[in-house]
Amino acid sequence: MSTDPHKTPYAPSVLEFKSSTFSVPVLVLSSNDLVAIEQQLQEKIRLAPEFFKNSPLVLDLQELNKQGYDIEVTELTDIVRKSGLLPIGIRGGSVQQNKQALALLIPVYSIHNIGASAETQKPKKIIPTPEPVTDNASTTLITKPIRSGQRIYSSGDLVVLAQVSAGAEIMAEGNIHVYSTLRGRALAGVQGNTEARIFCSDLQAELISIAGNYKISEDLDETVRKKPVQIYLQNHTLIIKDIV
Amino acid sequence: MARIIVVTSGKGGVGKTTTSAAIAMGLAKKGHKTAVIDFDVGLRNLDLVMGCERRVVYDFVNVINGEASLNQALIRDKNCNQLYILPASQTRDKEALNQEGVGKILDDLKKDFKYIVCDSPAGIEKGAHLAMYFADDAFVVTNPEVSSVRDSDRMLGILASKSRRAERNEEPIKEYLLLSRYSPDRVKLGEMLSVDDVQDILSLHLLGVIPESKSVLNASNSGTPVILDEKSDAGQAYADIVARYLGEDKPHRFIEDKKGFFGKLFGGK
Repeated sequence: MSTDPHKTPYAPSVLEFKSSTFSVPVLVLSSNDLVAIEQQLQEKIRLAPEFFKNSPLVLDLQELNKQGYDIEVTELTDIVRKSGLLPIGIRGGSVQQNKQALALLIPVYSIHNIGASAETQKPKKIIPTPEPVTDNASTTLITKPIRSGQRIYSSGDLVVLAQVSAGAEIMAEGNIHVYSTLRGRALAGVQGNTEARIFCSDLQAELISIAGNYKISEDLDETVRKKPVQIYLQNHTLIIKDIV
Repeated sequence: MARIIVVTSGKGGVGKTTTSAAIAMGLAKKGHKTAVIDFDVGLRNLDLVMGCERRVVYDFVNVINGEASLNQALIRDKNCNQLYILPASQTRDKEALNQEGVGKILDDLKKDFKYIVCDSPAGIEKGAHLAMYFADDAFVVTNPEVSSVRDSDRMLGILASKSRRAERNEEPIKEYLLLSRYSPDRVKLGEMLSVDDVQDILSLHLLGVIPESKSVLNASNSGTPVILDEKSDAGQAYADIVARYLGEDKPHRFIEDKKGFFGKLFGGK
């Protein structure tokens, strides 16, 4: 007689569903010319090959469908995958496109935060397909000095316990913490997260940026230079403040 | 177990070859069988500083190409029978070097030698890359000025990420800072970075400070490593560095003004 695991009174729960928000790049298309898409995609990737390598991607077909262009999701996915990107979702697609996407095991997202949509007539609630759990928002920890010429990219937060030298570049989709001197470039919220912050215990950076809003060393006020500070975005302005 | 030391810097003209010659001689003088290799293919200099330029028959590239054996190419130093020099080829360029060939030579040398000193060329390209790739220890030679410090920092990044130890996830290369051409007078005048400034930027273990000295130029011109000039400050600095590397506890010298008590009393500023 085998014991039923569901009946065992002390069985601890081995899983739970949680909700989590990820910052994922979205590919917005405005043409259904697959050759042109492939070409321009390659060009973009060539600018920052490391960033795009194996990056998750959501395909946005809303614009395309609004203009009445049709596109084969199967072929589009092929191109995207060939470029080293991993499509993890589609939104704004037609019924047919959504079907194709699901056939490729690509979940369909509703456009709930974008105003009126051509496709979504009746308000849909959360799509039952669970978001694929990627290791996307994990924190990267660096314990050794980051030297001139080195680049570090974190898809989540980035914590550095050693100095960041002039000429080094650290980037994170989330927050950046440097518990030593920050002399290089630090870019937080590089995928557009305006809530991201930079913390460092000695600010001597060449450049600081949050979600694309940047300040170069020359523009840093003397009152914050060489001080422990936090940097955040307020109304599109970088605020540099003491950590109290 | 043999150890491979790379003498590197990124920037040119900071004293890599002088340092390679001096520490190789210093280690050999202490009784350790040492080989020093010139990786600066096409810009051969180590043979001049070691005073063996007239005895070069075969070189590094000949050995890599199998045109000569290692024993044929190694030149025994005339001052110390524990020291051998493997000169670079002057008629070739860095492309003549390859990872496999360099690795094989170093493996062969490891069987016979205690220390193998690799004199890296300037830059971060192929020659410098191969010089550091197999290293166990790195002597990073830096001058107390900003461009040299930044280039050293860049090189430290390469040591930490592109070496064989890094690629194999082994214990990282041990990095040591050698601050050369140091002049306390000029530091005082604010014309030079101080030891503290450089250490603050590089955060690296300081193995020694080599003062700016006429004896270095004299030694190079005469083809005798400066460490053999025991009266000179630079020679003593290198002797200290070798001793510290071998584990002796020697206080740092040449960081402060070299004027003595009377100098301080009467020398004014």
